[in-house]
Amino acid sequence: MKTSLRRKFFGNPFVLTIIAIVLGFAVASLILLLAGFPPKESIRTLIQSMIGRPKDIASVIIRSTPIIFTGLGVAFAIKTGLFNIGAEGQYVMGCVVATMVGSMLDFPKPVAVLMVVISAMLVSALYAGFVGLLKARLGIHEVITSIMLNWIALYFSNWICGLNFFHKPGTIGMYPVNDCTYTMILPMWKKTEEGQAFLASHPLLQETLGRTDLNIGFIVAVIAALVINYLLNSTRKGFELRAVGQNIHAARFAGINVNRSIVHAMMISGALCGLGAAFYVTGQSPHTVSTLSAFENVGFNGLSVAFIAFSSPIGCIFAGLLFGGLLYGGAGLQSKVGAPTEIINIVIGVIVFFCALSYLIPRFVDRLDAARENRRKLKRDAKAAAKAAKEAAKAAKKGGN
Amino acid sequence: MAAEVSSKYAVQMHGITKRFGSFYALTDVDLDVEKGTIHSILGENGAGKSTLMNVLYGLYQADMGSIYIGGEKVDIKNPTAAIEHGIGMVHQHFMLVENFTVTQNIVLGSEPTKSGITLNMKQARKNVLEIVEKYGLDVNPDAKIRDITVGMQQRVEILKALYRGAEILILDEPTAVLTEQEIDELLAIMRNLIKDGKTIIIITHKLKEIQASSDMCTIIRRGHYIDTVPVKGVSEDDLATMMVGHAVKLVVDKAPSNPGRVVLDIQNLYVKNEQRINAVKDFNLQVRAGEIVGIAGIDGNGQQELMEAVNNLKRCKGKIILDGEEIQNRNPKYGIDRGMATIPADRHKDGLVLGFSVYENAILEKYRSEEYSPGGRIDRKKMRSFAEELIQAYDVRPEDCGPRLAGGLSGGNQQKIIIGREIANEPKLLIAIQPTRGLDVGAIENVHKMLINERDKGVAVLLISFELDEVMNVSDRIAVIYDGHIQQIFEQGTVDNRTLGRVMAGGTVDEEELKAVKAAVEAEDAAALAHDARLAAIEAGEEIPEEADKFATKAFTPVTRAEAEAGETAAEEAAMAAQAAADAPADIIAEAVAAIPTETPEAPAEATAAPAEAIEEPMTEAQVRENIRALEKQLEDTQKQLIAMQQKLSEMQ
Repeated sequence: MKTSLRRKFFGNPFVLTIIAIVLGFAVASLILLLAGFPPKESIRTLIQSMIGRPKDIASVIIRSTPIIFTGLGVAFAIKTGLFNIGAEGQYVMGCVVATMVGSMLDFPKPVAVLMVVISAMLVSALYAGFVGLLKARLGIHEVITSIMLNWIALYFSNWICGLNFFHKPGTIGMYPVNDCTYTMILPMWKKTEEGQAFLASHPLLQETLGRTDLNIGFIVAVIAALVINYLLNSTRKGFELRAVGQNIHAARFAGINVNRSIVHAMMISGALCGLGAAFYVTGQSPHTVSTLSAFENVGFNGLSVAFIAFSSPIGCIFAGLLFGGLLYGGAGLQSKVGAPTEIINIVIGVIVFFCALSYLIPRFVDRLDAARENRRKLKRDAKAAAKAAKEAAKAAKKGGN
Repeated sequence: MAAEVSSKYAVQMHGITKRFGSFYALTDVDLDVEKGTIHSILGENGAGKSTLMNVLYGLYQADMGSIYIGGEKVDIKNPTAAIEHGIGMVHQHFMLVENFTVTQNIVLGSEPTKSGITLNMKQARKNVLEIVEKYGLDVNPDAKIRDITVGMQQRVEILKALYRGAEILILDEPTAVLTEQEIDELLAIMRNLIKDGKTIIIITHKLKEIQASSDMCTIIRRGHYIDTVPVKGVSEDDLATMMVGHAVKLVVDKAPSNPGRVVLDIQNLYVKNEQRINAVKDFNLQVRAGEIVGIAGIDGNGQQELMEAVNNLKRCKGKIILDGEEIQNRNPKYGIDRGMATIPADRHKDGLVLGFSVYENAILEKYRSEEYSPGGRIDRKKMRSFAEELIQAYDVRPEDCGPRLAGGLSGGNQQKIIIGREIANEPKLLIAIQPTRGLDVGAIENVHKMLINERDKGVAVLLISFELDEVMNVSDRIAVIYDGHIQQIFEQGTVDNRTLGRVMAGGTVDEEELKAVKAAVEAEDAAALAHDARLAAIEAGEEIPEEADKFATKAFTPVTRAEAEAGETAAEEAAMAAQAAADAPADIIAEAVAAIPTETPEAPAEATAAPAEAIEEPMTEAQVRENIRALEKQLEDTQKQLIAMQQKLSEMQ
């Protein structure tokens, strides 16, 4: 059967995501209306607080960066057949290690940053790799182990926060990382008189660079997405990992070492979360980790991001930006319209919900196409029958004559 | 044939047809089960037994046909309706809540309550105990499911059905998971149930159990009803033959094999199954370069475990030697790297990554070579060109399928990709497991041709199949697997289905008998060929010298003697003759065959290219010989025509 243009259009994941987002806003509007807020104005305010000023855009990018990383990690895992719900724990581990290492180091900048990044990535990769090992060797499902490891990471983080060596007196957190590990754009120059003067004369830069922690994390995230995309689709390793993710039996049959693949996939996924953690700690104030009573949800939000992006690494960049934007803009919604920020959670929830349901849309279109084809066929048959009847009548007439 | 609708039958299913897409799982199947009996449904894997029972249990709706319960026509839309009609089913895979107790599981969904609100587990326990005692089921109602054995779990499933008032109990492969001891206990339980007037239907492909348990047996083959027979009157061989059917002589164009060195040598192999019982035991087999060894056997006799061990998917004891090197207990890659290629039985599970494109599937093994991924980067151009070549060479359709997902292709085309991929590795050993399962006739022929091609190239081919026809037609040697070991090995053309069926059921054939069988098979072949030649000559309007005609007819005589008087047409004669040869007791055939050389000169046999053994020294009359040459030519021409027609036919398909 030929696929109709319509079917092709609605089979595209990008189109489906847009549909889900529109539906998310529609449902949010409805709820706003029911709660007594003007929906049109509220949505406008929300969008305005996301992208209204250059500072907002910069803030959205900053807010999105860690979520893009965790989203990337989760998406990568999904592509390789794993559900890394432990992104949260891996991110927390990354933060703790980055802070520990960063607060002790005093090296020239590139070396210091590199050491923080590598140590955070390594620890997060090992933390996730352990989950992979348990799955590969003992068949324990990764969701179970990684959820439990999330809690272990949280309490490990809190324990480290309380250790004399790391605990900064008078706070509930650790000593922040040293300046030499900062990954903001020109962090020191910004504070010099020269810098201040320069920024004052350039309002756009003043607003973005001067007022926010604009850092290189986002650029690294984009590069990471490109690398992951390349790794998955163009390399031997990626071929292996995807084969295992799609059909572990056929992969094993074809001679792929599936156990090793599972461990490697988890490690790469964890490393991405660790990378996000390193750039969060080095790139944004307060540059430290505090004692947590609950998860900060950076990893869990990564799940949603991966979901909205249909596990496409490149898609994660945009999904992450949307997500970060909604989180950031939600605060504006509250201050300007008075609508509770929870409305943002509803929007996000609905978008994820419709993304999950969107596989039904192509099917629905298929059914529509089939029905149309059927109708056409009926019409054709009817026409043919009519023609035959006419001819029969003609013949009868002839016979009569 | 279908019995009259009557209340003496617990279940009657008449003219049941069930289609899945364009595939007919069941075609006009009848089943009549008398009340108070144990009735087996026998058939190979995929024959349609489970489908038939799922129709009865309301899991599927039949496209055609009617169901009668106790003589009343019923419409079973879903399992709830089936339960209401007193039908209970115990599935092969149990559906129990692991951490509930036996009682909780049994009453689940129909719990007794106090005044309709709170559960009355005391009452439930009492009810369960009553049934347990009544049928001697011996289950502890308070034990948790996860703590009891598989055999006990099965009893709980039976209890579940009985608790819901089942009068008719369907057991799907009930012994597949049981130990010998548990099987005996199950049989005793079944007898108790029958005593109480219940009716039991068992789905199985195990012949022994039918003998041990059942009163009647209905045989289904490839979705068609074959027969219903009282179990007392038939032997296991008869059942086996009915289950697998008679060999259909497919035209498999193949020269005699030319075996070379030993490529695969399996020595004293032991492999455990999921239940940690040895499913393969003391298995020995050699496959040589340039020959096809077919493993015939009923499903579940260790084929699966054998394949898993050889492919390094499972640990084993013993030796698997590939071209002089031990390869057992390594990893799948180890074998592949050393020249092993496998066409797996389940192409969706093991053969293809359905979510990958055809391109990617084509290089599922090659991808890791430096050639296809230099420096770790997949060479897409190379991948594409290789895959396109494969698509061309194996005529995979649609032609532009390359970038599409493999899951979207038809089964035959998927199989072509797998075979093409495996053969492209230029293996020393090619293992084909059920390579034609689910394919249509044209595709089957193609697959067989490819296997024979590989053999002729000097590859050692191991064919594992449950399709007896396939094994008999394609293999050079037929090794029968039974209960995890090789029961007996036969050369192709020396054995008939009936004999194989008996060996597959655990019997053996001694030398003398084998000789008789071999002679019978050869006589049958010779007779058929002679007859064909004669017919071809007649068709061509050729004048057949009286003498030659006499010879040709005479060669036929031994096997047609019984039918000769019936005055059937020649074509029917041939068919009947073959039938007679297959059906006649071995000693009669031996006698008949013994008569051939003395009564008939060798001419007709030679004329028809019969096996050399059947031929003695040349003829006396030169004239007759010349006519025979003409006959031979005729035969050749006809065969050519036939092949051309078949090709046309397969093209049309």
